[in-house]
Formats: sequence, C-alpha cells, structure tokens
Amino acid sequence: MKALCPQCEGEVNIPEDAVVGEIVTCPDCGSPYEIESIGSEVVIKPAEVEGEDWGE
Amino acid sequence: MVSLGVIYDFIRPEEKMLINEARNQGVEVKLVDAKNIYFNISNSLKNLEDIYLQRCVSYFRSIHITYLLESFKCTVINSFNTALVCGNKLFTTISLLKNGVPVPKTAISFSKSSALKVLDEIGYPSILKPVIGSWGRLIAPLNDPESSLAILESREYLHPIYHLYYIQERVERPPRDIRSLVVDGQFICAIYRYQPPLDWRTNTARGGRAEPCPGVDELIDVSVRAAEAVNGEIVGVDCMEGRDGLVVHEVNNTVEFKNMVRVTGVNIPSAIISYLKRRVRK
Repeated sequence: MKALCPQCEGEVNIPEDAVVGEIVTCPDCGSPYEIESIGSEVVIKPAEVEGEDWGE
Repeated sequence: MVSLGVIYDFIRPEEKMLINEARNQGVEVKLVDAKNIYFNISNSLKNLEDIYLQRCVSYFRSIHITYLLESFKCTVINSFNTALVCGNKLFTTISLLKNGVPVPKTAISFSKSSALKVLDEIGYPSILKPVIGSWGRLIAPLNDPESSLAILESREYLHPIYHLYYIQERVERPPRDIRSLVVDGQFICAIYRYQPPLDWRTNTARGGRAEPCPGVDELIDVSVRAAEAVNGEIVGVDCMEGRDGLVVHEVNNTVEFKNMVRVTGVNIPSAIISYLKRRVRK
C-alpha cells in the first residue's frame, strides 16, 4: 500500500500490518505522517510535532 | 474474555507488538486515541474496559486521562500516582531515596543564583535536567561556572517549568547506562545503552546503541526496589554503573522496549499482556 505525500507528492510506503495511529515517513522529503484511516485507500495526516512533554 | 483499552496518541512499534500479543492471547483490544477522545465529566462513563494500559507519549495527556479513568473506578496501568512520580524527576528521586534506592547526588533550586550555590556544593561537572521531560531533551552538562551561568540564563527565557533547576552530579561511569524492565515486581531483562558518537547521553531515542545486559543480582535488586519505590507495575528502570555501585536516575512509566526485545530476544509483550490478564483476575 502507498499514500501520496501532501508535501512533495512522493510515495509514502504503508506497511502491510499498518494500523491507524502509526507514524510513517515520506522517503523523499522526510515529512512524518500519522495514518488516519485504512480502507480502500490509506489516509494520512501530518504527525504532531514532538512536544515538550513527550517521552517515556 | 478480558477487554483491554490501550490509550495512545501514536502507535509505536511497542504498541503494535502489545496489540498483536494481546489478540494472540485472546484479549479483546480497544484502541483509544487520546487525540480523538473527549469526556463530559458531568456524566458517568459508559462501555468501560476491564483494564487500561496507558501508553501516551504525551505526559500531560497521560496523567490527565489516567486520573479521569481512575476517578470512574477504572484500573489503569500504570496508575496515576506512579505516572505522576515517574514523570517528574524530583518526585522520582525523593521516592527512590525514601525507599533506600541508591541515586546520584541531587539538588533542586528555584532560581539561577541558588542554582549556582548548588553547583558550588555538588561541584563540577554536574548535569542540569528539566524535572519534566524525556529522551534526553534539554539535559545540559554544567562543566564550569562560566558555561553554567550561560546555560542557567538561557533557561530563564523558557517556560517556567525550566526554572526548576534539578541538578545532579555527573556520575563517573562507562560510556553507557543500563535500562531494565520490571513487570509485577519481577525483573524481566536489561540492556546496556551505549552513548552515540559526539553525545554523552545514552538515550536510544538519540542514537544510543543497545546491547544485552546480564541480570546480575545487584541489578535485579536495584531494579525491583526502584519499581517498588514508585509502585510501578510495568516500568523501565534506568541506572548507571557508578564507582560505588549502581545508581538509579530514572524510572519510566510508559517504557519503550523495542530495542530490548531486539537485542535480548525476550518476549516482553507476552510478559506485559500476561500480567494485565492476571491483574484483571485479582
């Protein structure tokens, strides 16, 4: 499966076992995306930028 | 069948492993995206799961959602109190000390001038850490008075949380630290985390290299006691090999473990899911 990068129109690879909420990265421009839905096509949206409170 | 709510904001490899393992063990998994949910707290919550696993990357989302669910009598792992303590380095250090767990020399101050006094007492080099934060973000070495003053000054222009000056001695250690995993009071496994080139921090999020670490008695003892100190049911304990033995510098309540699985071969997701099932039956 693939999705189109909204930033550079590169092809973003979607793993076979992908799940909604997973982060994928455009191999061309490096932009990170979150998988929003998986159906007949995969919808991606820009991932949140790392917050000051992110971590383990 | 046990129903498990996995609260997340992003699905990392750890969450994927946990979801797959839960389904393999016959657990009904409900994924709860913290970014999409809301609660009308005037009403009671409906359709609750038997148990929730808190996996949010965002600390503030995590503690607020956990508090809310616990207020409706839900079981959340780790608990609000554990998350609150683990998410704050000062609270963690105090809990560890109270429970006799060795920690590096640590001080807290609340202004630039008192931070400089702390440094006179602890000595150089020391390390300045935000009380809240992870992945080595904004941790700074304080090597001498001149550069320390510059670093402390720069913090005055950041959010007030960075005006809490948590200062720790820089422990003389090998170029690595140790991350161990404790589930239900049991040591599961551990890795060494080697610092990457051009960085003294060992966080694998910053490129630190993972290698298996043997579970020797001292490590098992310190790890289990550190988990107990924060009432942590599923936690990662970070420690360093100091001159006089291990010292614990962090306990992680939403522990990342993909590198531990990769280098140790231990089925960590299985240990976690099995525990959650046992926990429901308690």
